[in-house]
Amino acid sequence: MTNHWVDIKNADLVLIMGGNAAEAHPCGFKWVTEAKAHNKARLIVVDPRFTRSASVADVYAPIRAGTDIAFLGGVISYLLANDKIQRDYVINYTDASFIVREDFAFNEGLYSGYNAEKRAYDKTSWEYEIGADGFAHTDPTLAHPRCVINLMKQHYSRYTPEMVERVCGTPKEKFQQICQMISSTSTTTRAMTIMYALGWTQHSVGSQMIRCAAMVQLLLGNIGVSGGGMNALRGHSNIQGLTDLGLLSNSLPGYITLPFDREQDYEKYVAVRSQKPLRPNQMSYWQNFQKFFVSLQKAWWGDAATAENHWGFDYLPKIDKLYDMLQVFDLMDQGKMNGYLAQGFNPLAAAPNKAKMTAALSKLKYLVVMDPLVTETSEFWRNFGVHHDVDSSKIQTEVIRLPVSCFAEEDGALVNSGRWLQWHWKGAEPPGEARTDIEIMAELYTRLRKLYQLEGGAYPDPILNLSWRYIHPNKPTPEELAKEYCGQALTDLLDPKDPTKVLRKRGEQLAGFGELRDDGTTLSGCWIFCGAWGPNGNLMARRDNADPTGIGQTLNWAWSWPANRRVLYNRASCDTNGKPFNPERMLVAWNGKQWIGSDTPDYKVDDDPSLGVGPFIMNQEGVARFFARGNMVEGPFPEHYEPFESPLGYNPLSRNEPRAVSNPAARIFKADRDALGSAAQFPHVATTYRLTEHFHYWTKHVRLNAITQPEQFVEIGTALADQIGVAAGDRVRVSSNRGHIEAVAVVTKRIRALNIDGKTVHTVGIPIHWGFTGLARPGYIANTLTPFVGDGNSQTPEFKAFLVKVEKV
Amino acid sequence: MADTTSDPSRRTIERYTPNERTNHWTVAIVFILTALSGLALFHPALYWLSGLLGGGTWTRILHPFLGVLMAICFALLAATMWKFNRMERRDWQWLRQGRDVLNNREANAPEVGRYNGGQKLLFFVFVLCVLGLLLSGLVIWRQYFSLYFSVGVVRAAAVVHAICAFVMICAIVVHIYAAFWVKGSIAAMTRGTVTPGWAWKHHRAWFREKIHATHSRTRSD
Amino acid sequence: MALQSLDIVRRSATTTHPPTVRKAQTGTVAKLIDTTKCIGCKACQVACMEWNDLRDEIGTNVGGYQNPHDLTDQSWTLMRFAEYENPARGGDLEWLIRKDGCMHCADPGCLKACPAPGAIVQYANGIVDFQEENCIGCGYCIAGCPFNIPRISQRDHKAYKCTLCSDRVAVGLEPACIKSCPTGALVWGTKEDMHQHAAERVEDLKSRGFDQAGVYDPPGVGGTHVMYVLHHADQPELYNGLPEDPRISLSTRLWKGVTKPLALAGIALTALAGFFHFIRVGRNETHESDEQAAAQATERARHG
Repeated sequence: MTNHWVDIKNADLVLIMGGNAAEAHPCGFKWVTEAKAHNKARLIVVDPRFTRSASVADVYAPIRAGTDIAFLGGVISYLLANDKIQRDYVINYTDASFIVREDFAFNEGLYSGYNAEKRAYDKTSWEYEIGADGFAHTDPTLAHPRCVINLMKQHYSRYTPEMVERVCGTPKEKFQQICQMISSTSTTTRAMTIMYALGWTQHSVGSQMIRCAAMVQLLLGNIGVSGGGMNALRGHSNIQGLTDLGLLSNSLPGYITLPFDREQDYEKYVAVRSQKPLRPNQMSYWQNFQKFFVSLQKAWWGDAATAENHWGFDYLPKIDKLYDMLQVFDLMDQGKMNGYLAQGFNPLAAAPNKAKMTAALSKLKYLVVMDPLVTETSEFWRNFGVHHDVDSSKIQTEVIRLPVSCFAEEDGALVNSGRWLQWHWKGAEPPGEARTDIEIMAELYTRLRKLYQLEGGAYPDPILNLSWRYIHPNKPTPEELAKEYCGQALTDLLDPKDPTKVLRKRGEQLAGFGELRDDGTTLSGCWIFCGAWGPNGNLMARRDNADPTGIGQTLNWAWSWPANRRVLYNRASCDTNGKPFNPERMLVAWNGKQWIGSDTPDYKVDDDPSLGVGPFIMNQEGVARFFARGNMVEGPFPEHYEPFESPLGYNPLSRNEPRAVSNPAARIFKADRDALGSAAQFPHVATTYRLTEHFHYWTKHVRLNAITQPEQFVEIGTALADQIGVAAGDRVRVSSNRGHIEAVAVVTKRIRALNIDGKTVHTVGIPIHWGFTGLARPGYIANTLTPFVGDGNSQTPEFKAFLVKVEKV
Repeated sequence: MADTTSDPSRRTIERYTPNERTNHWTVAIVFILTALSGLALFHPALYWLSGLLGGGTWTRILHPFLGVLMAICFALLAATMWKFNRMERRDWQWLRQGRDVLNNREANAPEVGRYNGGQKLLFFVFVLCVLGLLLSGLVIWRQYFSLYFSVGVVRAAAVVHAICAFVMICAIVVHIYAAFWVKGSIAAMTRGTVTPGWAWKHHRAWFREKIHATHSRTRSD
Repeated sequence: MALQSLDIVRRSATTTHPPTVRKAQTGTVAKLIDTTKCIGCKACQVACMEWNDLRDEIGTNVGGYQNPHDLTDQSWTLMRFAEYENPARGGDLEWLIRKDGCMHCADPGCLKACPAPGAIVQYANGIVDFQEENCIGCGYCIAGCPFNIPRISQRDHKAYKCTLCSDRVAVGLEPACIKSCPTGALVWGTKEDMHQHAAERVEDLKSRGFDQAGVYDPPGVGGTHVMYVLHHADQPELYNGLPEDPRISLSTRLWKGVTKPLALAGIALTALAGFFHFIRVGRNETHESDEQAAAQATERARHG
């Protein structure tokens, strides 16, 4: 979230698209009802299904699964054509005026530089015109034909309301009504918030869907303002913390990226990441990269990380490619992996194409499952009849289960969607033999270290030199870990302006990442969390909900990264002179000497607005980007591509380019491409999702949840039900090219047949929560059906749009 | 049947066989239990009657079973009595002269067969009430049957049950009083016999049939 | 709920006055269910099961979101889902979700129908509560209820329904469902306050084009202590058959109303009629003359 949960109450308009907040985030959804009840906000829901969110919406529009970019592109087109943009904002706070290189081109769904063989682009041309001074050229008059905004106008001019209707199946009138409502927030005093979740991320063009929505928000001036923002609703408790702490294959904590194989040189590794400003006077905050990186290395390797050894740069793995979920399981399926540690993860149920997953897991020598529950993964080798028909005698994988505690049985901080680190205290001791993840990992480490000490190894240094400062090596406490990831002074830190002044004493917690240094005198395991446990104690444990301005800015409730800032880019809520666009909902303002307000300014606190420093301080440009440059794999502007399994088989926006039917740069392996089905065999569009009554594959183990949603079902529209002769409560078989499931049919008016480019397309809704373990009635794993295809940037699988066939059993 | 007197013309006449008497009194006992337990549920003022069957819950449990038992026994009784209870022309005339009858001047009324018009009427009231009680009782028997009926039907059945019970109880009060009022009747149902005079006075036509049948049999002996 | 600490103002199968000196001076309580804010998440169902220690069966799906399928002795509240295409809005779909459960009528049909003294009580604060230890399990409350709420347990054959968490309310807490509601669709307070809140909600709904939005507090049962805010207050049946004008049915009123004293009087009068007949007219006895006449007739028959 750029903003936070409570701030949603300040919205004048709420767009829920690519998510179903009422269903999957019912507690957070309360802020939507607050906005509606007390801010007269209107709620728009765009979804393939009439959802629980839609049930309380003012306007609902149906959309074909996977066509959100067509819809949002249509919105962009509408806003630009009707001049419904917040002009001051767009000109001053975005790259609208930046001039793009001449050789940048877009033609029939493909950008310049495409290599079909590699399924990748040479992104050289996706860049601004850069002058000799290293700065990008701009034209503040926006007259230049290659100004970003003009290229955008041209790009999205193809996304007419008629095209939206053809591609998305959304009735033109509904689409236009929604455009009109959205455009009402282009004024300075109205804000729209966009709430999304896996309905956008789980597509082969998921990242671009989100970018496209962000572009809508930028045009409207809705980023950085109270009641606005792009708000990703995170599904798991602490899944935000997972990405913050870098638990992705190419990440280190705090969104620092791992070096690639080709980046063996430390100086170059740092230089690439310490991005220089692309415009004069811009902050380009990543210039401080080395401070964050060195502090991380000091946290991990302590005294062993020195200037001489480049702070232990060689201890870090250098990756040859991404090792995301799809890559890992593909390697496993190829038999290239011996062991797998599934920690708090149920891949057999959670990863696409269960048949492939079963085969992959069967090739392992050993599988360790760390989980509080019996999971499908831990039981993958057992036969569960029709729901999981395997021959146990053919599976040689040794499975070890390590029972762990659950979140309520340990202390620690959870990071919520709004980036708040909220400390919590355990409610009970873990039962039986269960131990916390920390204890298990710590003992695993100390045992490994002992083995390396006794027996040596290929390169034992990273293991042996690891700084393990915990009082009980096998039981680091959450407090010890928190202090480490937050940051400490390793020596007395002196004030650079007045060396007689000690800013921080040796061993003292740091107040924020501004105090981090690149000379090895500070440590911080995750720079963005720096200050959460500060000199004044554990700020994550604060529970003061005082809200002096009444707009939900409770700065003394827990702690929000970065710097306890609640709304990112909040400088953009003011005009160029530092005056709030909307004084009613002021986040920050320039008082002549410094920035004050209800939030921690996302800006240097004493930078005079006249200096012209842009509000998007993390960007080299100082402004927000419509033009993604080389940051996205499939192009600088989001373009509609069909899901990999498309009911059309062509892309109506680039009819004549077979390479641009689906995302030309998405993640897909050869064998998985062969496992795709066609609309001729599998005519129905399927989408998987979650229900309020359950949480993933966990709560089927809980009696209360099982009572409220006991048995697996799929949802089909009345038209499809009539066509295949199914009544509510009948059993149906849903098959894709990868397998089939059987479930009870819920026949509903909430799923409509859509007219897509003259063709009737039926949608099938498949809730995911069932499996062959737990208290609820046994069911099939929904991911039996899903394709092994991922977004090109995030590698998130395409769970939300694929083809199936529904038949009566 | 043993004579009660040596004078053959004064020999008592059998009115009810032992089986009929047993059946009658079974019905009577079960009816009392059912009626009292039913009344316990019918009006708060009579809830204390639920103690008879061991409390409210036992009353709820036993009452319907007793009711079914009563219906079955009554059905047997009614089956044997059915043929004696067909209304005839003279019964209507007898009923029209009810005032004479009530004032012990029944001699003015037409001769009466085994049962007079009032008894017959009562008989059919019983039949109808028991049938009504049985059917409506099944509908409101929550433990086994109510779930098969809509709430509207259950509500109507509750009313029907109450009305039938009311009519039945009143009819039984009349029945009991009539038995007490017409002296000799109770003996008929306890000992099974009546005196010829009783039969002559109250059921003369039946009496004639009876002696006619007896003596034609004796003559043919 | 036994051992209550609330004042009882009405008691089933009781003809005398309950203690009524103490009144609910600050007003009676009410739960307001705002169907227009409700997302059907069933948190209230779970909270109800948790607080009241109820666990229904893990059932089956019969083709909808409603689970369990109906109220049971273990499920005292239930989300009911209805799909409605609104002709006034161009056929736009509405998913009307209603939390079903005891309405806590001011004039409760269950209490009226109940034959067991003290099995159903009404507290001064408006809550209608079953006291299962007095319940005999006859199920008359089911027939008496205009909303089809009480259910008899097949385990102990006693009637159960929402208590409005009288045990919590008695110690100043809100009902468990209210506490669990994530969207503020369930609100708790005095009935007066709830009406005020509902009025604000209705105004908001009218601004969104729901001209017929309103509050459901049906007068036919004297009003209820569980009220709804409806988008379509003119058509409550849309919400899975919420009755438009619920009242205690005529048959129940007949059965439990005037018939009771009349019938008892009728029985008594019948008995008295017999008694006075005996006093005035006396028994109809057989005399010796009758015996003689009978004997003569017998003789005639023997020789005839």
